[in-house]
Amino acid sequence: MRRAPSVLLLGAAALAAMATSCSGDSGGGDRVTLEVFAASSLTDAMWEIGEAYRETHPNTTLRFNFAGSASLVAQVNEGAPADVLVPADLQSAERLDAGIVGTSEVLTTNTLTIIVERGNPQSIDSLDDLARPGLAVVLAAPDVPIGKYAQEVLDKAGVVVSPSSLEASAKAVVTKVVLGEADAGIVYTTDVIAAGDTAVGVVIPEQQNVQATYAVVVPREAEHPDEAATFIAFLRGPQAQAILNKFGFGR
Amino acid sequence: MLAVVLAAVAVAFFALPLVGLLWRMPWSRVWEVLSSRAVGRALQLSVTTSLLAAAISMVFGVPLAWMLARVGFPGRSVVRALSTLSMVLPAVVGGVALFFSFGRRGLFGQYLDEWFGIRLPFSTAGVVVAQVFVAMPFLVLSVESALRQLDSRLEDAARTLGGSRWYVFRRVTLPAIRPGLVAGAVLAWSRALGEFGATVTFAGNLPGRTQTMPLATYLALESDPEAALVLSLLLIAVSFAVLLGLRDRWLGQARTPASKDAASVDGTASAVAT
Repeated sequence: MRRAPSVLLLGAAALAAMATSCSGDSGGGDRVTLEVFAASSLTDAMWEIGEAYRETHPNTTLRFNFAGSASLVAQVNEGAPADVLVPADLQSAERLDAGIVGTSEVLTTNTLTIIVERGNPQSIDSLDDLARPGLAVVLAAPDVPIGKYAQEVLDKAGVVVSPSSLEASAKAVVTKVVLGEADAGIVYTTDVIAAGDTAVGVVIPEQQNVQATYAVVVPREAEHPDEAATFIAFLRGPQAQAILNKFGFGR
Repeated sequence: MLAVVLAAVAVAFFALPLVGLLWRMPWSRVWEVLSSRAVGRALQLSVTTSLLAAAISMVFGVPLAWMLARVGFPGRSVVRALSTLSMVLPAVVGGVALFFSFGRRGLFGQYLDEWFGIRLPFSTAGVVVAQVFVAMPFLVLSVESALRQLDSRLEDAARTLGGSRWYVFRRVTLPAIRPGLVAGAVLAWSRALGEFGATVTFAGNLPGRTQTMPLATYLALESDPEAALVLSLLLIAVSFAVLLGLRDRWLGQARTPASKDAASVDGTASAVAT
């Protein structure tokens, strides 16, 4: 019996903590929390853009949710609150059940690159090398955009690859290659840049390459469509575009 | 009555998600999804690997359980904690550990590759390894518990009557711990069947070779959520059927203490005498 009060106090404190962290919009002033759902490949760039946005728009808190484009669409369709959606292709936005506000805009582009381990021990120079027998090549599953794009690139080049695994995301492909489990993979150019010293990129010539186009839309059921529009204008503006370029987008 | 209410809430907690799933089921697409080649391969792979994992868990887990229950050796509690560690760990952590030890560049994996040409990641064997890692603790725990509850005097009596150690184990111990053994095996099997985190991290995902049902379901969620619903239903149905079927048949035959002693002693005597 003596322990009950302290337990209650603890419980009350925990509930209070949870309540305050959940109430993003209530409280004084015009503070708005903008939910931004973006493709995983945009993770690092978006964080930096978020920092820049906060400097000029202190009343807006950006909350990011990064996942595969199809996952994001599925989440929105199931009722997840998204004010801004940035998928890695132009078709994903069409699969939103409730539709969008206004039109879809192009945010930026990305191309594909072969990723190999640091030092390129297997001396991979082109897509043709990926068909070499005995090579462990890892691709993304065709269920995610990068997997589809990679298959398009291989088809364009006329190269047939037997992958060792079809990972659930581009990052997973990068991990397998960087850790030496796979000899090569096909990922976004931005992923190779993000991997820094730990990996080496092998360029895919333009005629074989595919350009992934990122769209940016406001889902119909967005709670803050006006603030969303402001953020999108920022995203398409010079500062954000420069950040995107720095990470390898739009080149 | 409070107990009944709380129990009802517990049942609701388990039942409601299933009800929700059935509610959203795209019944018109069920046949189309289930008859696709990818699903057939994933199901076959899942069933084969999980059964193999359960079998391996029994072969190695029962002796381990025996050692933990019957033999007092130094460091026993550490060994016990180690054997049940993966039950507490998130599966992904298990997968990461396996990856860095048995991967191509792993501490042990590099020798497996160099000396024997064995590469566990990206192979079906890797799937089985991941499943055994997460499933064996269930068997060890269940069997150890059953062995502890068994009166060792029964085995002693059998030994004094002339039975060899192996004979006694086979004809006295095993039958007596059968409910615990079966429960452990079923738990291990179902854990192996549902294994995802360690598999996707360690073994990868390739239809026909390493894409098990949970992996196929996860990816289907990305591109075709309705298919994911159907696959989920399939997995639930399979697991439910086995758990329901086995429980009554095997576990319900646990005898009461009084009759157990009498029956066991008779059984022991007659088993050894023949």
